[in-house]
Amino acid sequence: MKQFFLASILAGALALPAVAADYTIIAPANPGGGWDQTARSIQTVMQEEGISSNVQVQNVPGAGGTIGLAQFASQSKGNANALIVGGYVMVGAILTNKSPVTLKDVTPIARLTGEYEAIVVPAASPLKTMGDLVEALKKDPGAVSWAGGSAGGTDHIAVGLIAKAAGVDPTKINYIAFSGGGEALAAILGNQVTAGISGYGEFEAQVKSGTLRLLAVSSAERLEGIDAPTIKEGGLDVVVENWRMIAAAPGLSDEQKAAVSADIEKLAKSAGWQETLKTKGWQDTYLAGDAFAEQLAKDISSTETVLKDIGLVQ
Amino acid sequence: MSTFEFLLQGIVVAAQPMNLFYALIGVTLGTAVGVLPGIGPALTVALLLPVTYKLDPGGSLIMFAGIYYGGMYGGSTTSILLNAPGESASIVTALEGNKMARAGRGGPALATAAIGSFVAGLIATLALAFVAPFVVKLALVFGPREYFALMVLAFVTVSSAFGDSTLRGLTSLFIGFTLAIIGIDQLTGQARMSFGIPDLLDGIEVTTLAVAMFAIGEALYIAAQGDRGPDKIETVKGSVWMTGQDWARSWKAWLRGTAIGFPIGAMPAGGAEIGTFLSYAAEKRLTKHPEEFGNGAIEGVAGPEAANNASAAGTLVPLLTLGLPTTATAAIMLAGFQQYGLQPGPLLFATNPQLVWGLIASLLIANLMLLVLNLPLVGLWVKLLTIPKPWLYAGILLFATLGTIGANPSVFELGMLLTFGVLGYVMRIFGYPIAPVVVGLILGPLAEQQLRRALAISQGDVTVLFTSPIAAVLLAIAAAALIVPLILRARGRGEVLSQLAANED
Repeated sequence: MKQFFLASILAGALALPAVAADYTIIAPANPGGGWDQTARSIQTVMQEEGISSNVQVQNVPGAGGTIGLAQFASQSKGNANALIVGGYVMVGAILTNKSPVTLKDVTPIARLTGEYEAIVVPAASPLKTMGDLVEALKKDPGAVSWAGGSAGGTDHIAVGLIAKAAGVDPTKINYIAFSGGGEALAAILGNQVTAGISGYGEFEAQVKSGTLRLLAVSSAERLEGIDAPTIKEGGLDVVVENWRMIAAAPGLSDEQKAAVSADIEKLAKSAGWQETLKTKGWQDTYLAGDAFAEQLAKDISSTETVLKDIGLVQ
Repeated sequence: MSTFEFLLQGIVVAAQPMNLFYALIGVTLGTAVGVLPGIGPALTVALLLPVTYKLDPGGSLIMFAGIYYGGMYGGSTTSILLNAPGESASIVTALEGNKMARAGRGGPALATAAIGSFVAGLIATLALAFVAPFVVKLALVFGPREYFALMVLAFVTVSSAFGDSTLRGLTSLFIGFTLAIIGIDQLTGQARMSFGIPDLLDGIEVTTLAVAMFAIGEALYIAAQGDRGPDKIETVKGSVWMTGQDWARSWKAWLRGTAIGFPIGAMPAGGAEIGTFLSYAAEKRLTKHPEEFGNGAIEGVAGPEAANNASAAGTLVPLLTLGLPTTATAAIMLAGFQQYGLQPGPLLFATNPQLVWGLIASLLIANLMLLVLNLPLVGLWVKLLTIPKPWLYAGILLFATLGTIGANPSVFELGMLLTFGVLGYVMRIFGYPIAPVVVGLILGPLAEQQLRRALAISQGDVTVLFTSPIAAVLLAIAAAALIVPLILRARGRGEVLSQLAANED
């Protein structure tokens, strides 16, 4: 009996977020996903590098991060110890969900990591190059089924951009949404769909073992260590990056904002963070200050355009 | 080296005293956190993963395996004793397990769950080691249309297995379907029936619904009876251990549960709970004691618990061979692997044999450790039920609430917990089964998405649903399961059949 209560108290203590913390990071997703991993990596590195002695991660999952974002914006106004992880997917989710809270309601600090999209086909597919795939798409957009992550997410947006650049009506694309790149992978490997699109990391092992053929990546330049052309090289002007960022609470004073930014810069430059990026296979895309604000504004407007083109946002 | 030698080598490493100690810490922590209602293995592993960071790769892998299996096990303890499933895969365990616990047979229920988990874990982990590459090939044959057919089969078997009346079962199932519509539609990204409430965008959390319907609904029901209600709970009747008859009735259920759970867990879109539903349906159909189902039949605990653990091991098949996390727990395990520089995928068995076999050996050790840890504790756990009823149910309410807040700190979530608790109470009063609601919430969206995906890929051609051999066979079985009893009944042979079944005993 006693053990049970002791165990329960211990478990309860582990399950509940501690009150006193130098930083509390909201991961607006379930444990295990990209944002959760980003938040927990930041937690580990910040503590190990002595940037902060106590960092807590709290998961507030739902609706492409907009639930966590809304809660963060309303509950941590002026709290310089509160942070939230977010990213490109959130930009799209805010638009498709008509979220009343947007990234304007928080204080974006810096872009930290990024990943490029990869377009693959099963090894047995008759399509050999990105050009073949685009030809097939032009001939009959409906006959080309694309497996990727959630509707309106980065993968879906990338397909919309590709169709548009190829002169195909983006509303005609046959995009099959799966709950993530992993579930989509099974459909691609099982020859259920024509092509697959997701972050390169999702397909890396299959590409290396030869069960999937990598047709193109969505970066501006060829990526080191990846043997595939960019979409741009094929004549389609499409560059898509699925970036992840960290933001602070709304209503911070300039000094508070500067202090948070300094801590994040220390994090991004630390050896521990660089090591983490390497083991996780994330690109270092650290960008802060005005340059980041500018990039963010550009991403938001281009995303809005393409989501309207696909027909997901009126 | 052959598979067997690799495995043996892994076991030798995992069986060193220090590593055994890590395994013990892992299973203890995993069970302790997993025991909280609403906190399933996924959250348990996420919370405890940092604990393993400081150890050497071998030690942390072993502790990690312990946490994983411990978390799985902890969920079934609360299901049985408190009627509060910690995760969707132990919902079915609550059905018969809790009835047994209230009839003074909590000991055998916990024991059959523990031993069944062990047996299933052992067989499935060995199967993982030897047949993973073949299973995964088979699993990839399953596309959207095959999954849709599998869901149809699950609906048919499930709606007849829960409760006494198929109509009431179907009514409950459709309540679940209705709740399942709420939230963002995964295929188009559009919100449905969320009425502009942001908290509803992601739909209704399965564990919130399950904990509310089972635990809160139950507490309200008991409270409403007041002093008038007879004190049905007998804490211990007979031995806390399994009798010879319990063993005889359990072992076949364990094996059947394993056989159902492992392949379904290995499918990229299978999920542990489908295996437990199908196992429960199978046990109910095959039992020689049909009258006990709904009142605490031991097969109804043994089978689903075995299926649950077998599918947990099955989940590792696509994870290790394809790098494909098919459950939330598996996704966190993937993060866990990455800290050792392991990139799960087709090359893993070739590039990192030591670590892979080390993991599989660790799972075997953790499995054994759990049995050693939990069997002696059965007597202690059962004493929980000797707590006076008001105290016990107050405790259940507390832990149910704590678990829900722990998983998702939101006032709205708590409101849903209470609302569904009231719904569960009302359904109890009017005699509608609770479980099909939860089944509908889990399987409804899966069936809908797979059907729509299949039709999108075929560009609207309905015939594809029947042209795949696997889908056709599954649909034919489903149709037979629905029609054959009707025909038999129409011919007036239903009585003969039940007579036959009764005579078998």
